[in-house]
Parts: sequence; C-alpha cells; structure tokens
Amino acid sequence: MTHVLDKPVASATPAPDARRTARRRALLEWIAVHALGVAAALFFTLPFVFVLLTSLMSDSQALSRDLLPHPWEWDNYRRVLDTPGFLTWWRNTLLYAGLGTVLTVVSSLPVAYALAKFRFRGRNLALMLVISMMMLPPQVVVIPMYLFWAKQLDLSGTLWPLIVPMAFGDAFSIFLLRQFLTTIPNEYVDAARVDGCGDLRTLLRVIVPMAKPGIAAVALFQFFYAWNDYFGPQIYASENPGAWTLSYGLESFKGMHHTDWNLTMAATVLVMAPVILVFFFAQKAFVEGVTLTGVKG
Amino acid sequence: MSTVTLAAKRRRAALRTIAFLSPWLIGFAVFFAYPLLSTVYFSFMHYDGFRPPTWSGTKNWTYVFEHYPFFWPALRNTLWLVLVMVTLRVLFGLGVGLLITRIRTGTGVFRTLFYLPYLAPPVAATMAFAFLLNPGTGPVNSLLEKVGVPAPGWFNDPAWSKPALTLLALWGIGDLMVIFMAALLDVPKEQYEAAELDGASAWQRFRYVTLPNISPIVMFAVVTGVIQTMQYYTQPLVAGKVASGVIQGAGTMFEPGYPEHSTLTLPQLVYNLGFQRFDYGSACVVALVLFALSMAFTALLMRRRGGLIQAGD
Repeated sequence: MTHVLDKPVASATPAPDARRTARRRALLEWIAVHALGVAAALFFTLPFVFVLLTSLMSDSQALSRDLLPHPWEWDNYRRVLDTPGFLTWWRNTLLYAGLGTVLTVVSSLPVAYALAKFRFRGRNLALMLVISMMMLPPQVVVIPMYLFWAKQLDLSGTLWPLIVPMAFGDAFSIFLLRQFLTTIPNEYVDAARVDGCGDLRTLLRVIVPMAKPGIAAVALFQFFYAWNDYFGPQIYASENPGAWTLSYGLESFKGMHHTDWNLTMAATVLVMAPVILVFFFAQKAFVEGVTLTGVKG
Repeated sequence: MSTVTLAAKRRRAALRTIAFLSPWLIGFAVFFAYPLLSTVYFSFMHYDGFRPPTWSGTKNWTYVFEHYPFFWPALRNTLWLVLVMVTLRVLFGLGVGLLITRIRTGTGVFRTLFYLPYLAPPVAATMAFAFLLNPGTGPVNSLLEKVGVPAPGWFNDPAWSKPALTLLALWGIGDLMVIFMAALLDVPKEQYEAAELDGASAWQRFRYVTLPNISPIVMFAVVTGVIQTMQYYTQPLVAGKVASGVIQGAGTMFEPGYPEHSTLTLPQLVYNLGFQRFDYGSACVVALVLFALSMAFTALLMRRRGGLIQAGD
C-alpha cells in the first residue's frame, strides 16, 4: 500500500495544478485501500459462505464440485437437530456456559475489586500469581485434577469438574475486571466510605453499576470460553455422550456421517451461529474487552 | 488515636482483604498450587491409575526425552509454528490493522467482517477448514485446479498440514487486528505532521513514527502469540482426527499428529500419555515442560516496562 496522498506539498500556497494532482492521488489511494479491503473481506467471509452453501446441499451434491446447492436442502438442518444427542449437547453447553459464566462473575468480582482498590502487602505478588494462572495451560495440572475429580469424587462423565472450579474465581476474568476497576477513580470509593457504606455495599451499589461494561466483557469471554472448550469436555465428559457439549460432540458428526459433508457443515453452522448472534448483540462490550486485555497500561 | 484501635483497624482491614480474596485463595490452593505440586510428585512416580503409584526416580524423564517417539516431533512442530505462524499472524494482524485505519467508507462493516472469524468456535472453524481444504472435493482445491495451480494435500500431507493450520490461524486474526487498530489510532497525529513537514516518505513515516509508537504492542502480540502456540491444542488435534478419518469413541486408538506426527503439539502429548497410554508419570513430565516454557514467556511479558500491570490503587 502506498500513501501517496500524504506527500508534502511544495509551497505554502499550492498552485491549482498541484492541488489537482493531490486530489487525484487522494482518489487513487481511496480506490487502492478499498480494493484491498474488499479482497480481505472476501478472505474472511468466503469460508462462511462455502460452509453455509454446502450445508444446504444434498448428500451427493456435497461430494461434487458444485458451488451452489441444487435443490436447496433445508431439511438438512432438521436431520441434524433430529440426530440423537444433539439437543442434549445443546442443553449441556448452555448449562456449562450459562452457569459457569454466572459463577465466574460472582466469584471474580470481589477478588478483582480487592486487587484494584485495597492496599495490602503482597498485592503485587497476588496479581503476578493471577497472571501466571491465566497463562497456565490446562494440560499442566490435568493429571492430578482428573484423578481428584474422577477417582476421589467419582464425577467423571459429568460437566461438574468444569463448572465447580468457576465458583472460585477465574484468573483471566479477575485480571480483566481488575484492569477495568483501576480506571474508576478512587474518589467514588472514598465518598461511599464517608457516607458510611460498607465494603460490600460499596462494591455492589457504587462499583458494579460503573463497571457494567467490564462485567459484560468478562461474562461474554467466559461464555465463549465454555462454549468453545474442547479439552475440558474431552477429559471429563468423553465417556458419557449424555454429558457432551456441542464443541465436543460436533466432531463425532464427521464420524457418524462419514463423507456427508452437508450434514457436518449444517451442524458446524449450528455451533457457530449462537456465538455470532451473541456477538452482534454485544459487539461494543466485546471489542472493548479485547483491547482491555493487553493495551491498557 | 490509641494503639489498640489502630491494631484493631489493621486487623479488620486484613480480614476484609482476605474475605474479598477468599474465592481466589481457595481456587489458587485447590486448582493451582496443589495440582502443580502433585504433578511434580507424579513425574517421579510410576502410576497407571489402577495399581498404587511406585517411586521410579528419573525413569519417566529419560523415557520422555529419549524413548517416547512423539516428544521431539512435537517440540519441532511448536518451533515451526512459533517461527512461521506467530510471525505471519503478527505481520498480518498489523497489516489488517493498518488497512482498517485507512478505510474511510463502510469502516464498521469492514471491521465486523474482518473480526467475525475470530469468534468461530475452534472446533467448528477447524471442521470448516477441513472441508474447505479437503483434497478431493474441497472448494479451495477445485479453484486451484481450475486456474491450473497444483493443489496441495493440506491436512492430509505432512508438508502442508502446518501451513493449513497457519491459514486457519490467519483467518482468525480478529483479536490482533483490534489490538493493533487501537494502538495505531493512539499514535499522536502531530508526529505524523512533523514528519511530513520534514519531507519523510510513507515508508519513513511508518519506520520512524508508527513503529516506535506501537512497538510495545508488537512485543505483546509476539509474546502472547508464543504462549498461545505452546498451548495450541484443539485445532491441530481436530484437524488431524478429521483428516485421518478416525473419530472419537468406539475404542479406536488414534495415532496422534496425523499425518506423520506433523500436527503434534505438547498438550496433545499430555493427553496421549495420560489418557491413552495411562502413563500418568510421563504425562506429568511433559506437563512440567509445558509449564516451564509457558512461565518463561509469561515472565518475559511481565518484565516488559510499564507492561501488563497497570498502576492502580
């Protein structure tokens, strides 16, 4: 990409000639930038389009090189929904993502508040430990955790080993909320204290209303995390298809339907769609959250 | 103020702090400290989950480093992915970020379209790419053959499986795009104007104004990219399984890293050793390697000046 537009103009009072070339350059840049934009947009959207089109093809047509469905097999989606287990996976996913999100927000908020607004010894150490936990891949501690949940509590084959820990603060959510809460001026906290507000009341009545965008971002991230999680259900739920989630069950579609890409793609669309719908309703909070994770500082 | 009330006040403040931190303190102990120590313990034990664990010294360690056939291939793959995938993702993310800041018409639409793939659930996105890139009837290869370009085997060819994963990772560039976009918009306008007055070319302005301003964010993107790559799990696993035609359940033993170990990563080894071979001790050795690598790069991230931790009271 060339930024021809911004070439310095020679004199303080440009001749009409120079002004014309500058305008032409601006137009050329506009065309170049937007042509690139369209090309990039195709790269980002065509995969969705192909998946959607294939999900509406007949079994045999999905194996051909056709691009457009003929006829349009809307029935594929009914066949996917009728697949034994699919609705159960849907319900399990909602339970994992919904309950998990509520627990995460409720348990992470007071921790983030303390890390952002209380002064105490070891606060920086605590924050560093939170960041370390955030960067810890789940595989590092999975062996003892699995033995704990499966052998001692006999809870393998359920999603509880994934949901219960969320009641004890999630490192990423704590970190993100803390980043958000530090942007709220201390004067609000002090004023509440002068008015005789206890700490818990200050958090609930003063901070929470101001931190709504941060809380929304954390809730969204956590919901998406649970919705997308593959490793967790693979470890704890794989032995019991009744406890599978969509992300985990989706893969088995390819097995059940072998070469029927149409049904597999219809199922793929059904797993993607809710996330994308949620995004459209909460776009602002989400993008705000992404920027908060790293650049504020 | 008397010393008694001061001490009482202090004690109350400490109790308050502990109360607010308590969910995390429990979580830290039960889901971080205890299992981490336990992982170290098991790495020196022979344990299959059925018979009681027995001391085995450094046997698991020598087994993983010298005899386990997947360890070095997984580490080599990770290195490849760090060098190629992370580099391309940062460059592409920066490119898309620059592009989006220059688009004047329909900015919101473009931004949403560029961002959407990042949201696609990893399993679903990988399934989609396994279909798009399938060598037989996939639309990408159909297109390539139509224009007369030799069509690669993508997820079915050990030489092309990692490039295919890279393509998938570039598709989901939304997170980096947003971060770079925010950084680019933060560059002070006056600096560009000053450079322009000095007659700096477009490249010079990028090199001497843009880059120095956004370099902390570039560093952030590189380091988090490396950490993510070491933990790369779902996409390579699902791609390998779908391309090989072996799917979960039914007691099938999936040889990890199809084709020819080319998609193996370290977290997959923990699964392979622990949950397919029931060699919990060796699985813990790999887990500790993963831990050491992740923490080394996390330390790098935290040492960055003015870095991740924002000053607060």
